[in-house]
Amino acid sequence: MSRDHSSTLRSRVLWAAVVLVAVSAVLYAMFVSVDYRWNWAGVWKYRTQFALGWLTTLGLSVAAMLVSVLLGFLLMLGARSRLEPVKLLSSGMIEIVRGSPLLVQLLIGYYIIAEALHVRYPMVAGVALLGCFHAAYLAEIFRGAVESIGASQLEAARAVGFNRSQTYRYVIIPQALRRALPGTTGQLVSLLKDSSLLSVIGIEELVQKVKVMNAASYAPLEGYLPLAVAYLILTLPLARLARKLEGRFAYET
Amino acid sequence: MKLEAHALTKRYGAHAALDGTAFETGAEARVIALLGPSGGGKSTLLRVLGCLLVPEEGSVSLDGRTLPNDEEGALAERRGNGFVFQGYNLFPHLTALQNITLPLGEVHGMSATQAEQRALELLHRLGLEGHEHKRPSQLSGGQQQRAAIARALAPKPKLLLLDEPTSALDPVMTGEVLDVIRELAEAGQSIVLATHEISFARQVADWVVFLAAGKVQESSSASDFFTKPKTELAHQYLEGLSKYR
Repeated sequence: MSRDHSSTLRSRVLWAAVVLVAVSAVLYAMFVSVDYRWNWAGVWKYRTQFALGWLTTLGLSVAAMLVSVLLGFLLMLGARSRLEPVKLLSSGMIEIVRGSPLLVQLLIGYYIIAEALHVRYPMVAGVALLGCFHAAYLAEIFRGAVESIGASQLEAARAVGFNRSQTYRYVIIPQALRRALPGTTGQLVSLLKDSSLLSVIGIEELVQKVKVMNAASYAPLEGYLPLAVAYLILTLPLARLARKLEGRFAYET
Repeated sequence: MKLEAHALTKRYGAHAALDGTAFETGAEARVIALLGPSGGGKSTLLRVLGCLLVPEEGSVSLDGRTLPNDEEGALAERRGNGFVFQGYNLFPHLTALQNITLPLGEVHGMSATQAEQRALELLHRLGLEGHEHKRPSQLSGGQQQRAAIARALAPKPKLLLLDEPTSALDPVMTGEVLDVIRELAEAGQSIVLATHEISFARQVADWVVFLAAGKVQESSSASDFFTKPKTELAHQYLEGLSKYR
């Protein structure tokens, strides 16, 4: 058993090394073939700005994630509501937000809606707009998961005497949670990457910082490599966490 | 108990599962078997009798009391009944024990220790000792159905309604489950049972309601029904089912 385990681990590490070396070699060959002259010294000066941008991206993404999960859940409930106006408003918002570009929503949202509501901080508006955008997608992911709970489960919930809210709380949500997890993680990773668009409303998040840094140091590409790594540092653990959670909720149906 | 139904209609889209059906049982019926061909309306009638479904038209009365026709009243009524389904319908994310304790705590207001005590007592009585902490997927079909019966019995229901409880089980597991139902019947539990197990119904039922095509064709005491069925349809049904058993 343990020998099996260690031998699979060893082969996995070995293969990972082989793949890593091969991919790096290909990439290196490509960079060499275009004869790009690296200027790392230029960008190194801006490392504090880079770190600041990374923290901004992290902070606003986490805040927008919270907004999107909460609002997405409410939108899903709204779209399933028996009250016609609530249902119309929720499903209308889901469709319009999902069907139009985030860039347009950010510009209209910031320069018209936030202005009209006297929201003075771009960060607040940015978090709200990004959260709303992804909430619409999450609402659909949640709806799919909730609707996948079979009629026999709903009947069992009625049979044991649960009312509507007890049915959601004890029967639907625990089972839907697991089914919604993979889609939700993917959506949150997208949210993280979409946060770069917030530069259009004047938020100096990571991508904006890197653009400034590249321009100032006359280094058109250098900043983008650490940029990619900085995003991966956030997105990879998120994917891992989701796997772990899926394992924890795993049971056969 | 005495069950009466008047002009019951329940539709699924264009299909009327119950089509203006009516019947009454004797005043002292305790184990009522719903018999009849598949698709005849047994399951729907059972759900209407247990207030799990509200009929579009008509009414049901139990010992002279008319059952509620609104969702809220039906919920209150359901809480006094116990249901067992063909497909067990246990909650897959909960253990056998939790399947029983959760409704006891949330619906019937029992404390956690009381609920657990009651659940364990029932699980042990139904032969599920050692399986309390398993999820439904780790139990056999017969064990799952016994856990489902334990869940239905836990709040001491006035009426236990079973919808073809053995149709998904092999003969051995069917025997296990029928033994349990028989013990309950002998202990005085009021039961409504939809089934195809004709010889079992003959042994435990004291009243039979025979349905076909959404209508009750015959409602009579079990001894009358099995010895001299009044309708040709019932006669054919009994003949057909007893051919190989």
